[in-house]
Amino acid sequence: MRDVAFGQFIPGKSVIHKLDPRIKLILLVLYIVLTFCTFNYAALSVPLILAVVFMLLSRISIKQYMKSMKAVLVIIIITSILNLFYGNGDVVFQFGFLKITDSAINNAIFIVVRILCLIIASATLTFTTSPTDLTDALERLMKPLKVFHVKVHSIAMMMTIALRFVPTLLEETDKIMLAQKARGADMESGGILKRAKSLIPVLIPLFLSAIQRALDLAMAMECRCYHGGEGRTRMKTLTLKSRDTLSLVFFGLVITTIILFDIFIVHTKR
Amino acid sequence: MSFISVENLSFYYDSNGENDLHIHNVINNLSLTVKQGEFLCVLGHNGCGKSTLAKHFNAILLPTEGKVIVDGIETSNEERCFDIRSTVGLVLQNPDNQLVASIVEEDIAFGPENLGIPPEEIRERVDSALKAVDMYEYRHHAPHKLSGGQKQRIAIAGIIAMQPKCIVLDEPTAMLDPRGRQEVMDTITKLNKEHGITIILITHYMDEAVKADRIIVMEKGQILTQGTPKEVFTQVDLIKSHSLDVPQATEICHLLQKTGVDIKSIPLDEDECVDVLMEVFR
Repeated sequence: MRDVAFGQFIPGKSVIHKLDPRIKLILLVLYIVLTFCTFNYAALSVPLILAVVFMLLSRISIKQYMKSMKAVLVIIIITSILNLFYGNGDVVFQFGFLKITDSAINNAIFIVVRILCLIIASATLTFTTSPTDLTDALERLMKPLKVFHVKVHSIAMMMTIALRFVPTLLEETDKIMLAQKARGADMESGGILKRAKSLIPVLIPLFLSAIQRALDLAMAMECRCYHGGEGRTRMKTLTLKSRDTLSLVFFGLVITTIILFDIFIVHTKR
Repeated sequence: MSFISVENLSFYYDSNGENDLHIHNVINNLSLTVKQGEFLCVLGHNGCGKSTLAKHFNAILLPTEGKVIVDGIETSNEERCFDIRSTVGLVLQNPDNQLVASIVEEDIAFGPENLGIPPEEIRERVDSALKAVDMYEYRHHAPHKLSGGQKQRIAIAGIIAMQPKCIVLDEPTAMLDPRGRQEVMDTITKLNKEHGITIILITHYMDEAVKADRIIVMEKGQILTQGTPKEVFTQVDLIKSHSLDVPQATEICHLLQKTGVDIKSIPLDEDECVDVLMEVFR
């Protein structure tokens, strides 16, 4: 349960690791929007090339990326198959009532490439950015929302604590499961319903201990003078460096390229 | 002048039972003083009020009656609450539940960050706190990958980074293995001897209590007896009658003494015990 590759931080010293987390977040959002704004193969190739560039620049092994893709492989296959049978245009291949049209093939390719790009890009972000940096960046980026009385600091603090306790609670789940198995609990056999029911004796102690932990943690935080976001300083200050501005400029160029491709290259039949 | 003084402290809370109102008298008219730089140990079995007392030292709990004065500030003074908490740090039993961030150095920065200290100074404090507990090389690690003893040392470092004058430790070694306990005890003694930090250690382990300058034994929210480890543990019968233990070395010699063996001074640890027994058999 513990080696979920997706969303795992892999420390390193690559250019992408060193980028400001705020910039990385903004770029990721832009990138995702971009991938879905491509309407022909020329435009689609741009995010695909970028994705390869991300993978190379992050200096993280292809294996890790493969692992993170494995998790969503099913989704990719299902959506592409669904898309394959859906669409009008010239029939390329017919099998009974199922017919595959050329525009459907195009659709399927677009969907697959887009999802791939999306996964590679977001995996790059989580591989190269520590969870704390990420929440930190989120807190700073969401700061303007304070105008609308959004409790930005509290949200960020909750995320930090949630991330901190994920491994602890996983470990605890393992322990409780073992303890219940030792008492003769059967968790592997039976149908889905029976197996789900057999999880109750695991979940209840888990919840209880999580609440106990929360109480303890609240007291420990009070002992360390926690009193919300007001008057709080941070050890790590984020300052934009030239590589951050450069990456923004580069991305601006990419956006223009895609828009130009979208406008000036004749639409492929869809 | 004493650094912490507790004057006629009483603390009770009422819990609404099914039928009637129970009043639990946790601490009952207790007075004590702690000197700057002292290593004080509080002993007592479960439910004697020692953890409750610990929470009074840094204004997590406020006295129902009487008062607690820390470094000249009364704990009931809400405006100075953060001054008190940065002067007296509290380390709890479970190291897992005290760590906030998923990277060691960021967790240690949590306290100073709350105090609104400028970033450069936080950096310095974090580094020196990590060095004080010998965990500097682990500063980029994730806490859940450390051992129990290491986690507890990180929790202590998180308190040290606030530069307190006193650290209260509420059974810090209860959940650790022998090696972890040793690590934590070494850290505590080092902080007391080298950094001059006042230590108030609450523990179940008698061999830890022996290292203190002064021991307070609590019973039913009151002080049963107090004094140097020697003074306290030589009252073997009193301690035993309140279902507490004395160090094994002390007990052996006490029993031998009872059976008529001529033992002049009751030892507190194994080394002393060996010396005493060698003397007897010579």
